[in-house]
Amino acid sequence: MAIDAGLLRELGLVLGPGLLSTPAACVAYECDALTAHRHPPDLVALPTSIEQVQQIVRICRRNSVPVVARGSGTGLSGGALPVAGGLLLVLSRLDEILEVDPRRGLARVQPGVTNLAVSEAAAPHGMYYAPDPSSQVACSVGGNVAENSGGVHCLKYGLTVHNVLAVKLVTMDGELLTLGSETGEAPGLNLLGAVIGSEGLLGIVVEVTVRLLPLPRRVELLLAAFDDVGRCAEAVGQVIAAGIIPAGLEMMDAPAIKAAEAFAGCGYPLDAQALLLCEVDGLPADVDDELGRARALLEAAGATSVRVARDAGERQRMWSGRKSAFPAVGRLAPDYYCMDGTIPRRHLADVLAQIAALSTAYRLDVANVFHAGDGNLHPLILFDAGRDGELQRAERFGADILEACVAAGGTVTGEHGVGVEKLGPMCSQFGAAELATFHALKLAFDPAGLLNPGKAVPTLARCADYGALRVHGGRLPHSHLPRF
Amino acid sequence: MALIEMPPGRDLTDALVERVLAAANARTPLRIAGGDTKRFYGRPVAGETLALAGHHGVVRYDPAELVITARGGTLLADVEALLARHGQRLPFEPPSFGSLATLGGTVAAGLAGPARVARGPVRDYVLGARLLTGDGRVLKFGGEVMKNVAGYDVSRLLAGSLGTLGVLLEVSLKVLPVARGTRTLRRHIAAQGALELLGAAAQRGLPLTGSFWSKGELYVRLEGCPTGLDELVPTIGGELLDEPAAASLWHGIREQTHTYFTSARPLWRLSLPATATATAAGVALVPADRVAFEWNGAQAWINGVERQTIDPITRAAGGHATLFRRDDTAVGETSEVFAPLPAPLLDLHRAVKRVFDPAGILNPGRMYANL
Repeated sequence: MAIDAGLLRELGLVLGPGLLSTPAACVAYECDALTAHRHPPDLVALPTSIEQVQQIVRICRRNSVPVVARGSGTGLSGGALPVAGGLLLVLSRLDEILEVDPRRGLARVQPGVTNLAVSEAAAPHGMYYAPDPSSQVACSVGGNVAENSGGVHCLKYGLTVHNVLAVKLVTMDGELLTLGSETGEAPGLNLLGAVIGSEGLLGIVVEVTVRLLPLPRRVELLLAAFDDVGRCAEAVGQVIAAGIIPAGLEMMDAPAIKAAEAFAGCGYPLDAQALLLCEVDGLPADVDDELGRARALLEAAGATSVRVARDAGERQRMWSGRKSAFPAVGRLAPDYYCMDGTIPRRHLADVLAQIAALSTAYRLDVANVFHAGDGNLHPLILFDAGRDGELQRAERFGADILEACVAAGGTVTGEHGVGVEKLGPMCSQFGAAELATFHALKLAFDPAGLLNPGKAVPTLARCADYGALRVHGGRLPHSHLPRF
Repeated sequence: MALIEMPPGRDLTDALVERVLAAANARTPLRIAGGDTKRFYGRPVAGETLALAGHHGVVRYDPAELVITARGGTLLADVEALLARHGQRLPFEPPSFGSLATLGGTVAAGLAGPARVARGPVRDYVLGARLLTGDGRVLKFGGEVMKNVAGYDVSRLLAGSLGTLGVLLEVSLKVLPVARGTRTLRRHIAAQGALELLGAAAQRGLPLTGSFWSKGELYVRLEGCPTGLDELVPTIGGELLDEPAAASLWHGIREQTHTYFTSARPLWRLSLPATATATAAGVALVPADRVAFEWNGAQAWINGVERQTIDPITRAAGGHATLFRRDDTAVGETSEVFAPLPAPLLDLHRAVKRVFDPAGILNPGRMYANL
């Protein structure tokens, strides 16, 4: 589809200076945080109102121009990668917090508002927005909805899908629909649940109503060291089986511990083979009770040391190593490849052992730093793309890890999304009938197939190839952001 | 920490597929029935009964995973008993409305009990499903893990779908540990005062896992560690119920055997913004003894009045109403059950229905006409 002058004129009338069409202006939007994939957009639209969004998609629909929505561009799977001949709909100027109401326990925001800004606006009322993806200072709420973003507190507080009450969605026909409701109950099918995590393929999210929670009265953090990765993994299951639901339960292996300590100086024991960070929060009496029981369990599970952060400062320091683990590991090798599989927790020790064996077989180092409580793995495969064949080895290694996750009853992506990156691995998780149903569901929302085409769900023909996330030179875009 | 050994149950997938395929070919509508305990809910369906009760059994349960997977026809009571033996429960406290209620029916109906106020709706706990579509396909969506963003979240879409999209052959649900302790308080207080008290308690983060107001009495349930609860009790005030009385009270509210729910028909369920002013504005429009509310005011019940009384309330308070239980003595009652959808949204519902049930044979009209 060629971008003709008539289309430019039509869009220009709607957007004025909010339309970018020169290569020099558009190139800034050529990728999201999956920088291995780049494609400069032909057109960039920066709408400032819902009406503009509706007008833009109507024009695009009429002219058969694909539309890719973009928030802050911090996504890790290429969901906001521009498509050829398409328009990139950048929602970052829709950045107003429309309402914060502590009494109803909700905030209504435009999609370009950053995740952290919601919690900051709620803080004076003693409340916050629970999902906390690591990029929360920059990532947008609209993007969180598209990706169903998680964070370190999912086990207790859920993902985006558990914390969004309603969205306003512009369909590719330009209709404005409200899905869900502020009461948390809406008549009809749970289409909101299908839209959250749909990676911009079903509609454009133009307003989000999120649930706010009271800030926990008390927070405590335990740091447990283990001399064996398997024992640490077993301890994770034992804490949960004992009826404790920690706010966060994070694990790191020896390479990750060493890298994080060197990077952040956070006081981790360097002789440990594995570390567990266990955060409990809530009312003081409940926190005391859970902290005591978790501590006893971890000691009984063979922890070589268990330490409780003395105060908020030490707690932050102990978290800082975990939160800076991605950039820290990024310093160990010229490139790394981050995986995002999730498995049932009972297979943690087994899958970690498989990853270690694969590491030996592929002659590539790997560091593990992940959301153990959710079974959400983030193995970081270290390699040097400058060396012959290493990239291909890393990709095969990564694919094997995802196969192991699927074989263990898990998924190829826990929170980073499929985007363009995991189209291949999707083929090992879903059969042809399920993939065909996904495509049909998309067409129910978007009959012309113009919204973010080619992402999230592989065509059956595509099911032979595997994509890859490569981080060149140890650098992610937005490298100042912690990544976990 | 391991999988619990379970009896095999019975897998009728093949027979169910055959039956649905035959019905699709003949364009025969099917009325999906688990235990048939919620037949009263939704619009009536004219069709042959597709019985799911014989398709039962817990497929996998590992308490340390906080996940249970069972066939759609598994008795809800069996699932809850199994979870209780391991110190766990279904967090949304679903009503059964009868001993034969099934897990599939529970998810399809999407109804939650008193604990929904603290722990959220059914859809929040659906992790995966095996679905038999209206054209005989058996599809698997989601899984047994807490975090999973691969593909559209079809399994959550099925929660509350009333069987209009497919037959739930198998569901995986997240479960949670039971609380360490529980306290129930009764306070004599008018509606407005009760709503203000509940709103303030929720905003302060009190572990309020049930609230019910009817006829000037407010009941509040708190859960957590026992020592902490004893400190919180005075902040709510009122009289402490002993454990059997409390258990019986919440059971009666959840199952609607409490006298409020049996006293008059029709019974309307109102979903309202959780503010004292909204709910109070609504309830002021009807005689006080016709009203009860739960979930800190976000779910109100009104009985014994007709639609023309209900509509102004939802208009004044915001939110929407469901005709939860009809007046069976009313002859020729054909009114809608669920609040009407805007036309473009209803069109989208129908398009989604066609994806899963192209012939339109599964519970047609249960939710809306032509859906």
